[in-house]
Amino acid sequence: MKENIIEVKNLVKKYNSLVAVDGISFNVRVGEVFGLLGPNGAGKTTTLEIMETLRDKTSGEVFINGLSVDENQNEIKKIIGIQLQAAGFYPNLYLNELIELFAGLYNVYTDPDELLDLVDLRDKKNSKYKELSGGQKQRFSVCTTLINEPKLIFLDEPTTGLDPQARRNLWELIKRIKAKGTTIMLTTHYMDEAEILCDRVGIIDHGNIIAIDSPDNLIDDLVRSGFERPKQVKLASLEDVFINLTGHSIRDV
Amino acid sequence: MKNIKYDQLRAMLSLTKASLKALMRNPSAVVFNLVFPLIFILVFGFIGGSSFKIDVVFEKNSDTSNHIYKELAESNTITIIKNPDYQNVFSDLEKGRIDAVINIENSPSGQQIISLKTTKASPERGSILKMIISEIVSKQNLAFTEAKTPKTELKEIEIEGRKFKTIDFILPGQLGFSLLSAGVFGTAFIFISLRQTLVLKRFFATPVKKVYIILGESLSRLIFSIFTSIIIILLGYYIFGFTLVNGFVTLLNMLILSVIALIVFLGFGFVVSGIAKNESAVPPIANLITLPQFLLAGTFFPISNFPEWLQPVSRALPLTYLNEALRKISFEGAGIFDVWKDILIMLIWGVVIYSVAVKVFKWE
Ligand SMILES: Nc1ncnc2c1ncn2[C@@H]1O[C@H](COP(=O)(O)OP(=O)(O)O)[C@@H](O)[C@H]1O
Ligand SMILES: [Mg+2]
Repeated sequence: MKENIIEVKNLVKKYNSLVAVDGISFNVRVGEVFGLLGPNGAGKTTTLEIMETLRDKTSGEVFINGLSVDENQNEIKKIIGIQLQAAGFYPNLYLNELIELFAGLYNVYTDPDELLDLVDLRDKKNSKYKELSGGQKQRFSVCTTLINEPKLIFLDEPTTGLDPQARRNLWELIKRIKAKGTTIMLTTHYMDEAEILCDRVGIIDHGNIIAIDSPDNLIDDLVRSGFERPKQVKLASLEDVFINLTGHSIRDV
Repeated sequence: MKNIKYDQLRAMLSLTKASLKALMRNPSAVVFNLVFPLIFILVFGFIGGSSFKIDVVFEKNSDTSNHIYKELAESNTITIIKNPDYQNVFSDLEKGRIDAVINIENSPSGQQIISLKTTKASPERGSILKMIISEIVSKQNLAFTEAKTPKTELKEIEIEGRKFKTIDFILPGQLGFSLLSAGVFGTAFIFISLRQTLVLKRFFATPVKKVYIILGESLSRLIFSIFTSIIIILLGYYIFGFTLVNGFVTLLNMLILSVIALIVFLGFGFVVSGIAKNESAVPPIANLITLPQFLLAGTFFPISNFPEWLQPVSRALPLTYLNEALRKISFEGAGIFDVWKDILIMLIWGVVIYSVAVKVFKWE
C-alpha cells in the first residue's frame, strides 16, 4: 500500500459551543485525488483549513507528509498549495504580476508564462483577476496553488458556481495535475464530479465522516444492500443533453 | 534541491513591489496624495494668506507703562510675546519667527521715542504694524497740539531677513496633511480590503510571517509618499518659489522628517482598519482623525490665529508638530536634529497609537 501524505486522527473543532468537526479520522495516500463530500455546513472548509495550518484545531492530530500541523507549520506551507473557497487576489495587479508576487512569497523562481499555459490563461496574462470569467478565475486560483511545485494541493469547492463546460474544463485540469504526481484533496457537493475525479471519497455530515471508500465500492456496497433506484434511470442525463447540444468548448474566452 | 533557507526579506520585497504597482494604478491614491495638495497649494499660493497675527517683542528695558503699550496689548491683531528669549530675539526676527521688536524710551527732554524693528521675513506684518503704531502715535500727538515738538517720535528700522512667502507657509502644511491622509486612508482601505477578500488569508498559506506582510505594505506606502513629497516640494520650488534655504540638504531633511511622520501616521491607519467593519466604514472614522488635524494643526493658518482656548487642542495634535518642524527645516534651515522636540512629540504619539493598533488590528 502507498504511504499516506495526510493523516488525520480524531480531529475535533469547536466554535464556542458549535461542534463543526466531531472527531474525524482519515488518511490520504500519495498521488491520489481524495474528495471530501458533504452538504453546506458539514465541516469541509474547517477540516481543510486545519490541514492547511490556517486554523487551530480543538483536539486530535493532523500530519501532512509526516509533519505535525502543531509544530511544522512553515515546513508544511512550503510543500502544499492552497485554493481557498471564495478568496480574491491582490487588487489592481495583472495575472503575471500576481504570479510573481506569490513566487516571492514562496521564495521560488518561476516562469509566469509556463504556469499560465498550464491553465490556458497565457493570453490573459495582462488582465486583472476581476476581469476574468468565473471559470477563468477558478483556473487561475488553481494555477496559483502550483507556483511552489507542491506535493499536495487543496481545492475547496473549485467548481461551485461554474457552468457545465467550465466544470468539465476544470476536471481536465485537475486530471492533468494528478497525472504529474501531485496529490489532490478537494471538496465538493457534486456527486458526478466526485465520481469522475476522485480515487477515494469521504462523506462528511454534521462534522462526522460517515463513509470512506472509492466511489465504485460505495456504490457497489449500496447495491449489495438491496438498494434500488425508485425509477430506472435513462442512459443519459439532462446534463448530457445540454453538453451534447452546446458542446464541450469553454465559453469564457 | 529546494533546501535554500527561506528569506522573509525577499517575500517582503515582492509584496512591496506588487503593492507599489497597484498603488500607482490606483487613481484615488494619486489624487489624494498628489493632486489635492497641489490644488490647495495653487489656490492658497495665489490668494495669499489674509488673516494673521503679528507677533511682537518688547525689548527688555522698554517702558511698558505707557499708553502705546496698552493700546498694542489690546489690539486683536497683535500678540505681545511675554517672557521672550531675549538672547535670540534678533535672530528670531531675522527668521520671521517674530514680526517686530519694539523699544519705547523716555528721553531726558520728556520725549517718547519708539524704535520699531521689523523684518523682510514678514514684510506685510511689519508694514501693518507700522500703520497701527503711527495711528496711535498721531492720535496721541494730536492731544498735545500745544507742544512745539511732538511728544512721541517713531523711529523705524527694517532689518534684513529672508522674504517669507505664503507658499513657505502653505506648502509644508499641505505636505504634512498629504502624509497624514496617505497614512490613515491608504493603510486602512488596503488592509480592510485584503482582509475581506481573503487575500491576507491566502498570504498566510505561504511561509511569509505576518509582520513582514505589514512591513512590506508599509514600505510601499513610504516609497510612494516620498515620491509624491518630492514632486510636491520640487513643483513648489520651481513654480511657486518655495524656499529651500539650504537647497538639497533642506530637501533631504524634509524627506527624513516625512518618513518619520508617515510611520507614525500609518499607525492611525492600522487602528482604523481594525475598528472599521468594512470599507464603507473607513471614511467616517478616518475623517474623525484627519479632519480636526487638517483644520487645527496649522495647515492653513498659524495656530496663533486660533482663539486661546483652542490652541492647547492644536498643541496636542501630531500634525501640528510635523507642520512646524517642516517649516523650521524649509524656511529657517534647521536640520533634522534641531527639530528633535517636534520629532519626540510625534514619536510619543507613535508609541501610543501603535500600542492601540496592536490591540485592535484584525487579521481575519
Ligand atoms: N469562523 C467560524 N466561526 C464560527 N462558526 C463557524 C466558523 N466557520 C465555520 N463555522 C461553522 O462551522 C460549520 C462548518 O462550516 P464549514 O467548515 O465552513 O462547512 P462547509 O465548508 O462544509 O460548508 C458551519 O455550521 C459553520 O457555520
Ligand atoms: Mg466550505
